[in-house]
Amino acid sequence: MSLLGWAGAQNEWQKGGVLAGFVVKRFVNFLLLVVIATTVGYLLAATALNPRENYLGRNPPIPENTINSILTQVNMNDQDPILERYSDWISGVVRGDLGKTIFNESVNLEFKNRIWISFRLLILGSVLGAILGVLIGVISAVKQYKFFDRSFGYASYVILSTPVFLVAILLKFFGVYINEKIGFTLFYTVGLNTPELTGFALFVNSLQHLILPTLALTLGGIAFYSRWQRNSMLDVLGSDHLRTARAKGLTKKEALFKHGLRVAILPMATFFAYSFGLLIAGAAFTESIFGWYGMGEWFIRSVNSNDINSVSAIVLFTAVLVLFAGFLADVLSAALDPRVRLR
Amino acid sequence: MTQTTVQSLSRRQLIRRRFFRNRSALFGLICLLFVTGLALLGPYLTPWSWNLSDENGLDFNAFAESPYGAGLTAPSFDDKHYFGTSQVGADVFAQTIRGLQKSLLIGLLVAVFSTGIAATIGATAGYLLGKTDRLLMWVVDLLLVLPSFLILAILSRWYQSSGWLLLVFLLAAFNWMITARIVRSVSMSLRERDFIRAARYMGVPTHKIIARHMMPNMASLLIIDGTLNVGGAILSETGLSYLGFGVKAPDVSLGSLIAEGTASALTFPWLFMFSGGLLVITVLAISLVGDGLRDAFDPGSKSKKMS
Repeated sequence: MSLLGWAGAQNEWQKGGVLAGFVVKRFVNFLLLVVIATTVGYLLAATALNPRENYLGRNPPIPENTINSILTQVNMNDQDPILERYSDWISGVVRGDLGKTIFNESVNLEFKNRIWISFRLLILGSVLGAILGVLIGVISAVKQYKFFDRSFGYASYVILSTPVFLVAILLKFFGVYINEKIGFTLFYTVGLNTPELTGFALFVNSLQHLILPTLALTLGGIAFYSRWQRNSMLDVLGSDHLRTARAKGLTKKEALFKHGLRVAILPMATFFAYSFGLLIAGAAFTESIFGWYGMGEWFIRSVNSNDINSVSAIVLFTAVLVLFAGFLADVLSAALDPRVRLR
Repeated sequence: MTQTTVQSLSRRQLIRRRFFRNRSALFGLICLLFVTGLALLGPYLTPWSWNLSDENGLDFNAFAESPYGAGLTAPSFDDKHYFGTSQVGADVFAQTIRGLQKSLLIGLLVAVFSTGIAATIGATAGYLLGKTDRLLMWVVDLLLVLPSFLILAILSRWYQSSGWLLLVFLLAAFNWMITARIVRSVSMSLRERDFIRAARYMGVPTHKIIARHMMPNMASLLIIDGTLNVGGAILSETGLSYLGFGVKAPDVSLGSLIAEGTASALTFPWLFMFSGGLLVITVLAISLVGDGLRDAFDPGSKSKKMS
């Protein structure tokens, strides 16, 4: 391990050029996968969802011709060949137009309104989860089998066995219970913020709304990362290069943070990418439970209303996010770890 | 082991001994037996039926007795409503047991299928290498980046109209990739072992080598991953059912029960806490048993271990 690290340092000078080539290669792969994922998403949505059923069975019945013209207008008529609809849709997407919703409104507009709501939750949830998880994992490894390690170990087992929606529901109850106990509303459990507030009051109010949903999304992440970080740290703690670091006179703390953590944190980059997909699914539950009108809530609503274009837009959004996280993780671990082969 | 007994233990005995010595694994096993027992015997413990259209599906007395309005009554032994009754006067115990059965069955089947797919594809890729390997691993990568939860929700129309078995297949289809990767890396080292080489040079066909010589040598890995996959599958299924994309009414799963119960769970906690509690206990027990099995089969392994 330490030998390889030395060889990596030797190669450092030629790494710049190779890294650029590597990034380009990964990026092409990334684009290809996004296109495939989106295509699969659209085709499945277009075959499984049936927008026509929204207009059937009404009283008085809507004439077939009217239904057809409504559906054709939004490019969701199942009587048009599916590939034609797909090529219409994808050529719009390439130009930055995501099409119309089933209610003949712009998908782009809806997308714009919702994306930041979800981003707030996703970025906070993923970053906080990763940082706190890594921190707890490191401490658990250093204090192996002590009280801290054991209690967090059991806690993360339980949290990992609890689905996100149950965590979110329980947190909501917890919030309501605390509010009742202390006599005023500390945690808001519905919505983004209370309307008609401005400035600092709005900021504080938004935070009060944000705490519980973020916690619902973060707890799982903390449990997940802390377990892996603990294992990876334990491997590093027993390694030669850490002993060498101590031998050359570093204190235990210095050796741990300068030499130990740097190696032990590498695998987390990959997990970060993988967990992003799960996180987005988790956000769908959290948003619908806490009444946030974000992407996840939109997805549930769109599937239920047979809104093919909206569903496909969300699949595209998710695929881009997941793959971008993966791409970032690849590049990051290649840049940080001299042992990763770039070809 | 005491030094005085010279009798050596077989591998199976050793594994069993290691497993039962592990306290958290034992705890998990007991929980799991309890939950399975409840799922199997539950229907015989109650006179009520989960199916609302059955004769004994709804308790109309509950409406008269309810202090909360509608058909809601708190858990009691008087009318044999151990977990209380819901707004429509349905017995929560009977429904919870039905949901537990459904979730366990789906989880188990998904794990069996997905581990089967993973073993076949992983071993084929790892044994043949070359183009086959690259193609199969590309498929694995592609499926890993597809947002499986969204795809399953989109496809819910299909399996909700054609029965839950399709849900099992679809869940399995999105659940095998990570196990397949592990199986592949194990197969890559197995294929260089002498007994596999000998078989190859003797002209044993590939599918026989994979089935007869590689698979038995990966049995422990497959058992462990299969066990852990049950937990993951139950979580996916209940998640889908919670949103209404999984098991469809009139049938119930733990997920759909939790979804029904949450609306009024703060005032009537019995509507949701039993299904929620059983779900957590089940998944927790499965992961404890899975990790215990890993420790028992392979005490030195650190890979993919959560604690």
